[in-house]
Amino acid sequence: MAFEGLAERLQGTISKIKGKGKVTEQDVKEMMREVRFALIEADVNLKVVKTFIKRVSERAIGQDVMKSLTPGQQVIKIVKDELTDLMGGEQSPIKFAQKPPTVILMVGLQGAGKTTTTGKLANLLRKKYNRKPLLVAADVYRPAAIKQLQTLGNQLTLPVFALGTEVSPVEIVRQALEHAKEEHHDVVLIDTAGRLHIDENLMQELKDIRALKEPDEVFLVVDSMTGQDAVNVADSFNEAVGITGVVLTKLDGDTRGGAALSIRSVTQKPIKFVGMGEKMDALEPFHPERMASRILGM
Amino acid sequence: ARYRTVDEDFFEELEDLLLQADVGFETVMELMDKLRYEVQRQNIKDTSGIQSVISEKLVEIYESSDEESIELNIQDGELTVILFVGVNGVGKTTTIGKLAHRLKQEGKSVLLAAGDTFRAGAIDQLQVWGDRVGVDVIKQAEGSDPAAVMYDAIRAAKKRGADILICDTAGRLQNKVNLMNELEKVHRVISREIPNAPHEVLLALDATTGQNALVQAQTFKEATNVTGIVLTKLDGTAKGGIVLAIRNKLHIPVKFVGLGEKMDDLQPFDTERYVYGLFADALDQQLAEEETKEQ
Ligand SMILES: Nc1nc2c(ncn2[C@@H]2O[C@H](COP(=O)(O)OP(=O)(O)OP(=O)(O)O)[C@@H](O)[C@H]2O)c(=O)[nH]1
Ligand SMILES: Nc1nc2c(ncn2[C@@H]2O[C@H](COP(=O)(O)OP(=O)(O)OP(=O)(O)O)[C@@H](O)[C@H]2O)c(=O)[nH]1
Ligand SMILES: [K+]
Ligand SMILES: [Mg+2]
Ligand SMILES: [Mg+2]
Repeated sequence: MAFEGLAERLQGTISKIKGKGKVTEQDVKEMMREVRFALIEADVNLKVVKTFIKRVSERAIGQDVMKSLTPGQQVIKIVKDELTDLMGGEQSPIKFAQKPPTVILMVGLQGAGKTTTTGKLANLLRKKYNRKPLLVAADVYRPAAIKQLQTLGNQLTLPVFALGTEVSPVEIVRQALEHAKEEHHDVVLIDTAGRLHIDENLMQELKDIRALKEPDEVFLVVDSMTGQDAVNVADSFNEAVGITGVVLTKLDGDTRGGAALSIRSVTQKPIKFVGMGEKMDALEPFHPERMASRILGM
Repeated sequence: ARYRTVDEDFFEELEDLLLQADVGFETVMELMDKLRYEVQRQNIKDTSGIQSVISEKLVEIYESSDEESIELNIQDGELTVILFVGVNGVGKTTTIGKLAHRLKQEGKSVLLAAGDTFRAGAIDQLQVWGDRVGVDVIKQAEGSDPAAVMYDAIRAAKKRGADILICDTAGRLQNKVNLMNELEKVHRVISREIPNAPHEVLLALDATTGQNALVQAQTFKEATNVTGIVLTKLDGTAKGGIVLAIRNKLHIPVKFVGLGEKMDDLQPFDTERYVYGLFADALDQQLAEEETKEQ
């Protein structure tokens, strides 16, 4: 039940071409159909696929593939280059505030990996950037969400600001920001409850938190296994709270991760990190080229 | 009523709609073949009434082998063990809370086993659900052996004469061999204590998941002999269309759907309703849009 990669998919078309000796426009069209298959099976959103295929087709017919002796490899190269480009060439670092504390707001659907990633980011900020982070438990809805963050804080020996579940998230964040100032924390990481992008009340809550103090980063945390719906989710969160970057979690799995492309295309916001496991050090910078290979099954 | 001719454009639009519901290529192609045949056979010219044909064909694909039942395999007068499995964050623990509530309302005495000893706060999370629903939770310290927790829980359940024991497990990605082995061990311990148990192994699947869900179902089935799926988070905009292929290829039926984070947000799976939800509204909307464009 493992899905074929693009290379295997193209095999049939290529052997036909080999027999004839030259590449026709029809051949390119057929190869593009295989590209389309591969991308949809990798969970790239259909609309994103369509725009993408149009671009790649133009390039393929325009020059590279038609004249090539190795049309299959040429197609793969073009597709991979274009994918890499679309997902953002340069790596994008964390944006720090001119005047501390830097505020990082974590948002996303239920179960995406926000709380875990909050811990991982705090760990990274301390280790690599020598910062003094404060974790803020602003999820008052999910059972034992505060306990989860506190447990992670304990493991990392980092402080967690919590006021229980009877205080509103907005008030928790307000007090946390004051507390951070007093205790000279230079980064504040806010863990929020998972919410559906169509939940107006809870989306409003995020806007209210955001209004307390403009966050330096708003990270949308997305499960890399997400299917076609990734575009709706990313678009809605971006509209409502203005995300500044994306963290793609659970990439230690075997999903192709086409959501990366979908999200990038609709939001134009960089994917900054990927989650590679449940442990607190399993956070890595995003590599567009690796992601492109992965989506294509190579 | 809004309708238009059934032509190649229509088929293509329908294909797109279903792909966007994560139904997956293979299943969509199978449906299209069936549909084209049916449209010709019945000499269908326009889209009025085509929804029921589409729905019928989708159900046909889903139920191609219908020996599987949606009913839970509950043992009369004996302890029934239900094991939950799945990848990280899909909704296992929450669904256990909801299912416990449901079964308790049916008059059953229910006990929970806190088999996720790994994830931060997992035991407390299950305990909160236990308190909410009013059922006891058998647990050990964080970090202890999950198989030992199951052993304990089964002993406790037998001693108390409980009707149903629902076991939570830690989320794990299906490509992690060690973790899948650990799960097999949990399964084995349960079977050793009670032959035929676990009586249900429910795979929690997040409706937002794309094509990887098929691999999830396959691998978890190999490890634990999954008997049913709970399709969670259907209250969002994702449709989880991959369950069609999962049922068709692996013969695992969806038994429940999750529609929210509250105790009551669990419903038995309704095939017709689900299948309609995959395309009907979107198709209506599309037809309406075309109508306004034409005017
Ligand atoms: N394998 C793997 N698991 C991850 C990763 N990130 C998070 N998880 C797991 O995914 C599950 C959900 O993670 P959480 O951090 O609780 O997700 P959340 O978004 O805070 O969830 P809610 O607060 O309920 O919305 C947990 O089991 C985590 O251990 C990752 O990169 N890899
Ligand atoms: N909207 C919605 N949220 C749900 C549903 N089911 C579960 N959730 C939420 O999804 C998140 C993850 O649920 P859990 O029950 O912790 O998932 P899990 O599979 O036990 O996660 P791990 O143990 O970390 O692998 C929580 O925030 C739940 O409240 C559902 O049907 N709808
Ligand atoms: K998820
Ligand atoms: Mg959380
Ligand atoms: Mg759980």
